[in-house]
Amino acid sequence: MSRQSVAKAHQKIQELSWEPAYHEPVSQYGTDYTFRKAQKKDPLKQVLRSYFPMQEEKDHRVYGASDGAIRGNMFRQVQERWLEWQKLFLSIIPLPEISAARAMPLLFRTVPNPELHNGQAIQMIDEVRHSTIQQNLKRLYMNNYIDPAGFNSSLRNFQSDYCGTIGRQFAEGFITGDAITAASIYLTIVAETAFTNTLFVAMPAEAAANGDYLLPTVFHSVQSDESRHISNGYATLLMALADEDNHQLLARDLRYAWWNNHRVVDAAIGTFIEYGTKDRRKDRESYAEMWRRWIYDDYYRSYLVPLEKYGLEIPHDLIEESWNQIWNKGYVHEVAQFFATGWLANYWRIDPMTDKDFEWFEYKYPGWYDKYGAWWENYNRLSRPNGHKPIVFEDVDYEYPHRCWTCMVPCLVREDMVMAKVDGQWRTYCHEMCKWTDETAFRPTYQGRQTPNMGKLIGHREWETLYHGWNWADVVSDMGFVRDDGKTMVAQPHLDLNPDKMWTLDHLRKCPPLASPNVLLNQMTDDERTAFAARYVKGGPAGRPAPAEA
Amino acid sequence: MTTTQDSPKFERSVPKPVFTDAEAGAREFPDSTLRHYNYYKPQKRKQSHYEDVTVDVQPDPRHYLTQGWLYGFADGRGGYPLDWTALKAWGSDKPSPQRGPGTGGMIVKDWPATGWHEFRDPNEEWELTLYRYNSNVVRQVTQNVEAAKQSKAFEQWNPNWVRFVEQHIGAWMHVDHGLGLYLYANANRRAPTNMHNNAISVNSMHRIRAAQDLALYNLTLSEEIEGFDGSAHLQTWNNDPAWQGVRDVAEQLTAIDDWCEAIFAANVVFEPLVGELFRSQLVQQASPRNGDFVTPTVVGAAEYDFAERDLRYTTAMFELLTNDKEFADHNKAILADWLGSWTAKALSAARTLQPLWSQPDAKPPRFEDGLDRVKNRFSGILGSLGLEAPKELAQ
Repeated sequence: MSRQSVAKAHQKIQELSWEPAYHEPVSQYGTDYTFRKAQKKDPLKQVLRSYFPMQEEKDHRVYGASDGAIRGNMFRQVQERWLEWQKLFLSIIPLPEISAARAMPLLFRTVPNPELHNGQAIQMIDEVRHSTIQQNLKRLYMNNYIDPAGFNSSLRNFQSDYCGTIGRQFAEGFITGDAITAASIYLTIVAETAFTNTLFVAMPAEAAANGDYLLPTVFHSVQSDESRHISNGYATLLMALADEDNHQLLARDLRYAWWNNHRVVDAAIGTFIEYGTKDRRKDRESYAEMWRRWIYDDYYRSYLVPLEKYGLEIPHDLIEESWNQIWNKGYVHEVAQFFATGWLANYWRIDPMTDKDFEWFEYKYPGWYDKYGAWWENYNRLSRPNGHKPIVFEDVDYEYPHRCWTCMVPCLVREDMVMAKVDGQWRTYCHEMCKWTDETAFRPTYQGRQTPNMGKLIGHREWETLYHGWNWADVVSDMGFVRDDGKTMVAQPHLDLNPDKMWTLDHLRKCPPLASPNVLLNQMTDDERTAFAARYVKGGPAGRPAPAEA
Repeated sequence: MTTTQDSPKFERSVPKPVFTDAEAGAREFPDSTLRHYNYYKPQKRKQSHYEDVTVDVQPDPRHYLTQGWLYGFADGRGGYPLDWTALKAWGSDKPSPQRGPGTGGMIVKDWPATGWHEFRDPNEEWELTLYRYNSNVVRQVTQNVEAAKQSKAFEQWNPNWVRFVEQHIGAWMHVDHGLGLYLYANANRRAPTNMHNNAISVNSMHRIRAAQDLALYNLTLSEEIEGFDGSAHLQTWNNDPAWQGVRDVAEQLTAIDDWCEAIFAANVVFEPLVGELFRSQLVQQASPRNGDFVTPTVVGAAEYDFAERDLRYTTAMFELLTNDKEFADHNKAILADWLGSWTAKALSAARTLQPLWSQPDAKPPRFEDGLDRVKNRFSGILGSLGLEAPKELAQ
């Protein structure tokens, strides 16, 4: 279709919508937001007659590249260090994608603008595309990459593993609770508009640098749809801003959504990009540099700040604090170190860092070696079984962390840990903001205002609770992270596929039992708990226990 | 003497290819040959491509979701509650594992834990198939209309048929659009498995595409036929008494809370009794007699969507429930109730459409004959689901 005819066609399809005359459509999702019937136009201007062939053409390119990758033996040049982290990433991402599809109906009744619903329906089917095309990419990796373990058990792993659980917020947050908080602010305004830049643009670039050009092929194709979804969110946001009663809720939701996205996405993608790459050219961007470009400049300064004049309260403090966490407090490094500490609870292999890596980290993050260097040297030393236990049980100046009740990433920047008794249970939080999310934001009243539609944090949010007191061999067996010989673990703290160098359940059997930090916290007396918290916040960086009292 | 000197070679900073030999089969070790998704059981002997990209993406606390749902609505319920429909699949009444300190993951080994997870879309729809199919449809429809334009086919239409198309063919676009968005797309949030929700979302796109096909056809006709009123469909949909029965039922369908009832009422009752009556028994029959070979190709695309794809997954979905090893009787009783209620409404809507049969100059086969045909087909669909035709069918 010509450009002119697309515009005409789009105008014509506006005749399709109609106001009910006899029965209102079912209303199944609530919101505390109010909307005037503002004449907001469908920002997508998408007509299915051109949409379907466009997507089909994009598919041709993706699947053509997939064939090419196999015929051209791409996997002879793929870095295992990189592909191993894709076992985690590609186990997580199809669920957030499909959840975004499921989220669209939350907006039908709550945003009373039929013109926007057209764009939301197209987003729905885009998300079905993303979820299944990503499952397919993972299938291709499983079939063609040297080590299929972890890809072959992907969705089981994701659903029972603590890393998967952290990632799952990036799905369930879209489909529950207040419809606008979930499907608009959390999903489209923050997750898609801000963080898909690092997910679907920055990360694929790193994949290409590690010999994998299929991830960029698939994810850039996905990202070309995201730009349309961003328009959906923007149109809804402008409608919400038109009603002053919404401003307080917008401020709350932006704070929650921003902080949660930072905690979850920066933890995961930061780790993949910094610790999953073999590309240590000094002039390649670090995650911090990418974040500054994609999130701080492109999203915060170019997208959010201009909305301030319309009355949107921007969480400037949290954006600066996120940067502070990444740049000054080593958030990504702390997370990567924790993933590597807990390698035995995972379903991918984590390559030790080398001198070349150390040099790059020191160049990009001055002071890195003094904080993290010795620990990674120990990781390398302890990576092959040789009469010792996995690193988490050895004396390497690292204290196993407590977990954040809200974002479920552990409380790694020790000085920021806060504690509260909420809903009758003592909980630790990685930061004051995560405590606020649980204690204040996800509640039926907010600053004295009734918010009956706000969602709830539910579930067994501390993974260790389920396995409190278990032997580690039984934990790993129960989760199913075992290879087909019945004893070799899927996860390994190195990339050596020599079976003699791989850890097995027999090694784990000799380890101390798993102890849940949260169960232990709730067993403490008040005095013990106060002392614990005072000591915990003096710990770090790099997981170091607090210095002994003089 | 002159000397030649190589200019210093400028080397760009780019990642260097490295031979890693990380391809399948390069080494043997535990799991090195386990190259299939090992976390689900296929419906047939071999795992299909469709199953690989669909099954278990939407998790279930009765299976691997050991930490449970993490975010809930205000009432504390998260995920996809089974009681969002009154129908039940075996295992539905069994509680989820009660996990807590030291219980372990309590992964349900006897899987599937409920009959819901047995459903597979016989159309095996995923992104590759849905874009391929719908692209073919829109290309073919566009080409058909273009060919008709070239051959001046619309000049053969008599004025009465022009009015019929602008008003009544046009009015149906509203049914497709309303149900596509507010019934089907809405239901894609409601079902307990990814297989259901993906099939339903594809169904939704068929209907929205069909609505747009009609709207854009209407636009072309406005440009090609002098005096063709491109907005007449709005007046017809809003005010023509012959359409108010259809509109009433279409709106009632979007008001259904129970997602199974919505799909059942729309695809098992409304579409065969009203949709196919309108498309197959009226439009497809009357058009050629009135010199119109184009409209049937546009409407036929939607007819094929329903008859060959949407009804197919619907039948597979409800067959499982009417043959359920634990709840077949429970389900049949509820479906019988729904059948009685929706059959009466659909037939009433069908009958209000009857005046349309007398409007074209060249008449289609009699309304009653068409209605008998769709009733017969409807009874056949019910028979395949193991359901009795309701007494309301005699209306």
